[in-house]
Order: sequence, then C-alpha cells, then structure tokens
Amino acid sequence: MTEFFTAQWEALPSWMQTVLVSTLQIGILLLVLILAVAYYTYAERRVIGAMQGRMGPNRVGPWGLLQPFADVIKLLLKEIIFPTNANRFLFIIAPILSIAPAFAAWAVIPFEDGMVIADINAGLLYLLALTSLSVYGVILAGWASNSKYALLGAMRSAAQIVSYEIAMGFALVGVLMAAGSLNLNDIVLRQEGSIMHWFWLPLFPLFIVYLVSGVAETNRAPFDVPEGESEIVAGFHVEYSGTGFAVFFLAEYANMILISALTALFFFGGYLGPFQGVPGLEDTFLGEDSILWFGLKTAFFMFCFLWFRATFPRYRYDQIMRLGWKVFIPVTIVWIVVLGGLILGEVGPWFSGEW
Amino acid sequence: MLENYIPILVFLTISTGLGAVLLILGWILGPQAPDAEKNSPYECGFEAFEDSRMKFDVRYYLVAILFIIFDLEIAFLFPWAVALGDIGLFGFIAMMIFLAVLVVGFIYEWKKGALEWE
Repeated sequence: MTEFFTAQWEALPSWMQTVLVSTLQIGILLLVLILAVAYYTYAERRVIGAMQGRMGPNRVGPWGLLQPFADVIKLLLKEIIFPTNANRFLFIIAPILSIAPAFAAWAVIPFEDGMVIADINAGLLYLLALTSLSVYGVILAGWASNSKYALLGAMRSAAQIVSYEIAMGFALVGVLMAAGSLNLNDIVLRQEGSIMHWFWLPLFPLFIVYLVSGVAETNRAPFDVPEGESEIVAGFHVEYSGTGFAVFFLAEYANMILISALTALFFFGGYLGPFQGVPGLEDTFLGEDSILWFGLKTAFFMFCFLWFRATFPRYRYDQIMRLGWKVFIPVTIVWIVVLGGLILGEVGPWFSGEW
Repeated sequence: MLENYIPILVFLTISTGLGAVLLILGWILGPQAPDAEKNSPYECGFEAFEDSRMKFDVRYYLVAILFIIFDLEIAFLFPWAVALGDIGLFGFIAMMIFLAVLVVGFIYEWKKGALEWE
C-alpha cells in the first residue's frame, strides 16, 4: 500500500508535487490563521471589556469561548443585500480583493529557520505589493455600494491608507539597508546575536513609525475615522451584510495579525530567542530559536492593537494626515540618510563590521 | 528559481477562493427576501436625496498623486538599499542627489499648502 502511494507520488511531475505539498501547508496555515482571527475578535472584546471594567462576552460556552462561532453562524445565516443601483460585480469583488492579500501575504513569513511556505528572494517586495492591494478592496466597496456614507468612508480610508503606506515603505527601506536582503529569513538571521542586535534598537525611530503606521494602515483606533461610527456610521462597508461584512471583518483582523507578525520579524528578531548571548540562560531552552518566540512577540503586538484602542481617543482627520505627511515622512527620510551615512562610515556600536 | 514562486500562486488562488466560498455560503444559507425599502442605500432613514456618486474634495486626488510619486520613490529605493554595501559611496551620493530633488519638491508642496486639511 505504502509502496503504491510512493510510486504514484514519484510519478508526478515536480511542479505538481510542489503544488500538492504547498496546498497542504497552506491549508494548515489558513486553519490556524482563521482560528486566530476568530479568537482575536473574542480577545478584543474581553480585553477591552476588562480595561473598561466590564465583563465582555461570557454567555456562549464556558467564559464565552464559543462566542466567535456563534458570531460566524449568525453572519452566515444573514441575508446578503445588494443596494439599489449598486454595481453588483464590483460589490462582490471588493471583499474578496481585501481578504485575498491579507491571507496570501503569509506565504513569505518565516515561522522558524527555513519554515516558510515560499522561500523567495523578493519576499519584502511581495509583502509591500500585497499590503498595497488592500486599498483596492476599500475603494471598490465604497464606490460600488452607491451610498454616500460608503463613498465618504472609502475616500477617507483610502487617503489614509495610502499616506501611511509611504511612511511604512520608507521604514522598510531602513530595514533593508540594515539587513541587506529582501528575503525575510535573511532579515531575521541578520538580527542574530542578542536582544541588542535586534533592529528595534539601531532602527528605533523607524520601529515607532512602522508600528504607528501599521495601526493607521489597518484603520484601527485611534486612527479609525474612516469608520468613525459617530459620523459616517461604518465607513466603506456600511452597505455590506452577512458574509460580505464577515469577509471584510476577517480581512481587517487578518491584517492586524499580519502587521503584528511583520513588526516582530523586522524589528524584534522574529523567531530568535531573547536570551541569546545571556550567560547561563543561553544554553537552556529559553535561548533557542523557536516558533514559540515568534508567536509570543506577535501576540504582544496584537495585544498592543487592543490596548491602543482602549487607551487613545480618536484622532481628527486633519491631525491624522498631518502626522503621516508632516511628521513620519520627514522623520523616515532623515533617518534613511543618517542610516546610509552610518553604514558607509561603519560608525556606532551596531554598525561596525557586520554589514 | 521560479519553482519557489509556485506556492505563492497556489496561496493567492486559495485565499481568493476562500473569500468567494464564504460569499457563496452566505448566499446559499441566508434568506433572500429583497424589497425596495431594504435595498435602498443607507441614508439615516431618509429617502435618498440625490445620486450618491457625488463630487468629492480635490484633496483626495492630490493625495493620490503625491502617493504615486512617493511610492515610486520607495520602489526605487528598495534595490538601492539592498545593494548599498556593494555600490558604496558613489551609490550613496547618487541617491542623496535624487533624494534632495525629491525633498525640494516635498518642501514646495508643504509651503504651497498641499498638505493642509481644514
């Protein structure tokens, strides 16, 4: 029996084997991701509830743990409404366009040394391309809905995403200069050494810019004017109901997890253990590189997203645009120039020799 | 080399398919009872006053144009940043001249008030 399958397997052309293997890997990854998204929505309500001295959902299942499933089932059973005069084709395409890149970007994320679905050299470029795509979903949804609220929300949202994408791109250029490679695994390995070698320290301003831009990119509080429920109800997806809404929701949370994972990879050493180079702890399991560290770091930034939402009041739109264009872009440009000088001059404790 | 990109193609297909499947599931499982009131675009309970695809502020357009310039700039900086170790001082100075030109344009926009939102 086993021999039969082995023979069958070897008879397949190699591209077919790649397709099958990666389909399996992608299936597992997507399952984990979707579960993570489901429980992230639950965690959000519980955490913000706790921060505001409320209970949060606690009725469905023990401690409300089945709440995400109840939500999914509810949304699946709702009617999908097409507003009059909506452009049906674009109306359906828009949620798909926003969820596909949010998931597909995970193809190049290294979970552990070599544990990556597509080990490509242009990993960072691919990520930049895919995160840029999500703005199409937003603008198409707003335009196709034939609703003023949706159109206004989409305009605001798109302008904001686009503005912060520039700051984010510049921050990534800084990471590239420090790492000297577009491959994400190489970027992580370049941070090897100790917690002081992780890029958050040498690239500190870029790390702050990246994190804040990440929050603005995903339209989260305190930058959530695009969906500011007090003025334009829910922004670009106001006309979506049932699974159409669920897909947008899924995409938003998947994007938040993605940004958290990327922050962990670019600035906090991804899967590298934090006790590298610490005498005594280095040789224990704590000093090892593992997927657990990657998960922990990602979880920390995911928690930060919730924390920000519970802490900061919403920014005004002109303040958001001012922060993006007049603060972040000049800061990143200056820091790229400084970084270039430091790297060429091999100055400073972190810039010596290694690059 | 190109073999490495197959999983990406597979992933893009699967994640697009996932979105489509969710929408179709909702289509199958949800009720279908449209009526004119339910389908009218949301406008706080009013009848729609006018066409929703209305004029919008020209600033959004301006932001889009500025975005194109800066995004191209980033696409241009990417290969430079990767190769910085190899191209050395010459490459660095060349990029600084280019950045200086861009920054002059950026200052001009700023002074002209293109970045103001009131």
